[in-house]
Amino acid sequence: MRNSIKLLVFALIAAAVCAIYLFHELNGSFGYALPKRTIKVLAMILTGVTIAYATVVFQTITHNKILTPSIMGLDSLYLLLQTLIIFFLGSGHIIIVNKQVNFLLSVVVMIVFALFLYKFLFKKGNQPIYFLLLVGIIVGTFFSSISTFFQVLIDPNEFQIVQDRMFASFNNINSDLVWLAIGIVALVMIYAWRFLKYLDVLSLGRDTAINLGVPYDSIVKKMLIVVAVFISISTALVGPITFFGLIVANLSYQFFKTYKHNILITGAILMSIIALVGGQWVVERVFTFSTTLSVIINFIGGVYFIYLLLKERKAA
Amino acid sequence: MIQVRALSKLYGKKSVVEDVTVDIQPRKITSFIGPNGAGKSTLLSMVSRLLDSDTGEVLIDKADVKKMKSNDFAKKVSILKQSNYMNVRLTIRELVSFGRFPYSKGRLTEEDVRIVDQSLEYMHLTDMQDSFLDELSGGQRQRAFIAMVIAQDTEYILLDEPLNNLDMKHSVQIMKILRRLVDELGKTVVIVLHDINFASVYSDRIVAMKDGKVVKDGPTEEIIESAALKEIYDMDIPIQKMDGCRICVYFSS
Repeated sequence: MRNSIKLLVFALIAAAVCAIYLFHELNGSFGYALPKRTIKVLAMILTGVTIAYATVVFQTITHNKILTPSIMGLDSLYLLLQTLIIFFLGSGHIIIVNKQVNFLLSVVVMIVFALFLYKFLFKKGNQPIYFLLLVGIIVGTFFSSISTFFQVLIDPNEFQIVQDRMFASFNNINSDLVWLAIGIVALVMIYAWRFLKYLDVLSLGRDTAINLGVPYDSIVKKMLIVVAVFISISTALVGPITFFGLIVANLSYQFFKTYKHNILITGAILMSIIALVGGQWVVERVFTFSTTLSVIINFIGGVYFIYLLLKERKAA
Repeated sequence: MIQVRALSKLYGKKSVVEDVTVDIQPRKITSFIGPNGAGKSTLLSMVSRLLDSDTGEVLIDKADVKKMKSNDFAKKVSILKQSNYMNVRLTIRELVSFGRFPYSKGRLTEEDVRIVDQSLEYMHLTDMQDSFLDELSGGQRQRAFIAMVIAQDTEYILLDEPLNNLDMKHSVQIMKILRRLVDELGKTVVIVLHDINFASVYSDRIVAMKDGKVVKDGPTEEIIESAALKEIYDMDIPIQKMDGCRICVYFSS
């Protein structure tokens, strides 16, 4: 099958899944249930787009197909931030109760952290990208350790609130925030559009990319910032879910078997929309909310990750 | 002409390339020879801006390399390194088409397609253009990469040890192709070689490096000569003339 046909099939499935989610057992509740469901679907599409895009780009930049952007420690920073606020200010504080304030604060803190990390690393000339990843792992582990420390000390009732934040959830999403997030993501996408053509060449490796006239260091820096912005927005909106990107990115590589990033990214985005919206539907209708989507995703993702490791080991 | 002016590179306090000044003559094959760790590859990487130099400058047709736009540079100079690891699966034709990236940014025009066809033909790869790179032997892979560089259509072609891991037959094949690129298409080829006999038979000029410095620079006949080689390699190497070629018999010295 040609790749364009495959993409079309995936797009149709994605549209069908969204339609089922929106209209199944709607019972004529156009005024109440439909707008609520629409916001959820939009949030899931937004998450799918950002995670899929960020993961594929990140994996191309790092030349590694089993990394996710979570390795930069942004998820851990988000959890640390939430834990610290609840610990010091209490769960009744405006920063926790007011979703807009919390969203903006989280996004700003994560992006500032990412910029600071890049600035620190790129200041001394061209450090290899693995150095950045190493620092990310260390800082991420450091953040989670402090989070755990405070979570142990915290009042058990308050810990409930922290625990809610530890898993991605689409159940309580503020509609204003969804529109704001869509706006930011759209702007960043337009900004990054002209760099997309370089990604195909980046997958040939640094030396070949430079030989072919790619301003390598500047493109890598800009794309890393785009990745950080996307991850920050999706994390602040629904919670940590970056692991999910690993699955869709690799499924996309397997299905499309191409180096063309416009196809790979589009494919990964469509797959993540299908998985998120379809998965959420199953959570709501089959499990009747007895579990959350991110638990299922982490379970399937974990199994798939082990499969990837075994497969790569065999190939080596 | 490529002019290297007082170029240096330090790793920590150790200088790998030290105050190198050398001119690369146009429409010639210039070989860089010298012992391991002499700084040949580092020098080539700096000329091709894969690596930043610490001091000094590189001029290409009198223009400073650091001030050139990446894309303009890619239309003038191409570089092929020894290892070309990739984590994507490409066919030969797809790889060669990447050579047109500086011109068309991934959207191939009719002219690009024509040039890709020619490059494949030139490297005798037309029959196998749809094979995947990971299914090829070392020699075929190397030829595919050279075809990409040919498609890039640059005046200057720099190659870092292109004969690495190749058997005699493929090495000779590749050197002959490089010779043709210079003689037929008027390219300038700069090449890092380990086998001095290949350098002797195929190059017009030889630059010898040792401990980060240029120790000899001149036409092939002046360098492939026992006294000069003694200075470069600290070995007594007798030279035999065979059919007009100077062959270094270094195996038992």
